[in-house]
Amino acid sequence: MFERTEDQQAVVEMVRDFAATALAPHAAEWDETKHFPVDVLAEAGTLGMGGIYVGETYGGSGLSRTDAVLIFEELAKADPSIAAYISIHNMVAWMVDAFGNETQRAAWLPGLTSMTELGSYCLTEPGAGSDAAALATRAVRDGDEYVINGTKQFISGAGTSTWYVVMARTAETGSHGITAIVVPDGTPGLSFGAEEKKMGWRAQPTRQVVFEDVRVPVSNRLGEEGDGFMIAMKGLNGGRINIGACSLGGAQTAFEKSVAYLKERHAFGAALVKQQHLLFELADMDTELETARTLLMRAADALEHGAPDTVKLCAMAKRVATDTGFRVANQALQLHGGYGYLSEYGLEKIVRDLRVHQILEGSNEIMRLIVGRLALED
Amino acid sequence: MKIVVLIKQVPDTYEERTLDLTTGWLNRDAGDNIVDEINERALEVALQQKDKDKSTEVVVLAMGPDGAAKAIRKALSMGADSGIHVKDDSLAGSDAIRTAAVLAAALKDVGADIILAGNESTDGRGGVVPAMVAEFLSLPLLGALSVAEFSAGTVSGERRSEEGTLRVSSALPAVVTVTENIAEARFPNFKGILTAKRKPVSTVSVGELEVASTPARSMVVSTSERPVRAAGTKVVDEGTAGTQLAAYLIENRLV
Repeated sequence: MFERTEDQQAVVEMVRDFAATALAPHAAEWDETKHFPVDVLAEAGTLGMGGIYVGETYGGSGLSRTDAVLIFEELAKADPSIAAYISIHNMVAWMVDAFGNETQRAAWLPGLTSMTELGSYCLTEPGAGSDAAALATRAVRDGDEYVINGTKQFISGAGTSTWYVVMARTAETGSHGITAIVVPDGTPGLSFGAEEKKMGWRAQPTRQVVFEDVRVPVSNRLGEEGDGFMIAMKGLNGGRINIGACSLGGAQTAFEKSVAYLKERHAFGAALVKQQHLLFELADMDTELETARTLLMRAADALEHGAPDTVKLCAMAKRVATDTGFRVANQALQLHGGYGYLSEYGLEKIVRDLRVHQILEGSNEIMRLIVGRLALED
Repeated sequence: MKIVVLIKQVPDTYEERTLDLTTGWLNRDAGDNIVDEINERALEVALQQKDKDKSTEVVVLAMGPDGAAKAIRKALSMGADSGIHVKDDSLAGSDAIRTAAVLAAALKDVGADIILAGNESTDGRGGVVPAMVAEFLSLPLLGALSVAEFSAGTVSGERRSEEGTLRVSSALPAVVTVTENIAEARFPNFKGILTAKRKPVSTVSVGELEVASTPARSMVVSTSERPVRAAGTKVVDEGTAGTQLAAYLIENRLV
């Protein structure tokens, strides 16, 4: 599990080369100009990054969840914002692959896996975040169609995506009354809010998705009526691991920048690494990153093999990796002193990008709620 | 059409490259070894031809130690169909003529329409091996092309020089080399990486080739490390800086 196979080494090498040439040189500019590089995403798609753990029949790469951790960490080393978007897109593609029928998979997966068509995950609402089962967007059956009304909040890729996987209420039975429906872009009644101004993740658009009498065929439903919440949560198990890997990647870069800086920067007559308390700080950062990486791989392995403690491990790994990632990135900024606060040094962007990872894909408070409740069950 | 691309594993140019001062040879363990960047572009030219015409067969040929298998694997993951690995301890340190003779012998029965290579590799930069291979095989050489086009039975392209651009063409089979100005090499995709190990690679030793067994090695007489960069000359302007600068340039034959 911890020794990388020859294939994994080759995969990591390729992703590193791609990220170093196609992402890293532009990351600061995309952040500053809020540019969403759909052309680069399509390039990532040709390399197999649109459906990393989607089956090969309709263009997926058929890789494992542990492979995905390695891939997202490498992408995030160059740009956490783009890496995280690719993670969300993969969650959508996987949901279609895992829960779609043959016709749906044949129709939707080729575009998703090649990333010529992007996907958005629509669960959160203005009034339902952590309490996702309380969502109010409604889908009412009318003959062979669903009529959808409601608003989704904080939707990554909204306005750019071709496919929106929407969790909508079809019955008043709490989490059992939610259904997953795929809504194509351009459907009458589908509109988007203004682009949100955000602390980080500026290279990907975040907007509201608004449904006003949006009609889609019943054949756009993933799974059965009432399966939606289960589908959304299963998608999030992987989403949590991937976002954790994105935190690791960003923080790893911040850590490596810090090592280089403390070796080079002289104060009080010696390189800063000669100050033992700073050396200890580097040691803690490195150790915490490795601890998070280890737990993340353990959770990914559990998810890959359908282990009974998958949900718990994914929640634990998400919390540890995203908290660690932010702490390490923030500490790296501190170690750079005033320079860390300047955009030019690239650290403040990592801090801004990684901050939201503690909030989304289930906030870290919800992760503790999941772990705590499971502890009580035993 | 069958294209054989000559590839060489070299130390990554992004890292510090050093000589082993006792043997005088390149220190190959000092850093990552990768497929030579110009060779990779040659492979890209071949793969683009394969993209256009699916019947094109792309074979990669490498001579080198065990580690060169990794370079072949990378080429296969990018889309080459098969590989030939000439591997023999007796070949260590072979000079350009010996290398070309062995490569030519390995190419003899492959039936290549085009033998494609980079015009030089980033390690030794001798830039002579492809021409020597052409000579050994009595094939025409179209060297240092920045544009290469293939059609049934012919290859044509452009070679740029300080005086102008030459348009060259030749009947096939031929040896073609391309410069670093040609196509940017593609990344292998995940599928390519996973299928690479299922593609055939034949390993050939010198004994299996029809080539003289006399080893020819370049003898390194002496080596020295690159001198540490000295501080430059500073001219402080006290009214005569222009004259001093001109004198410096003339003295060092810089004008």
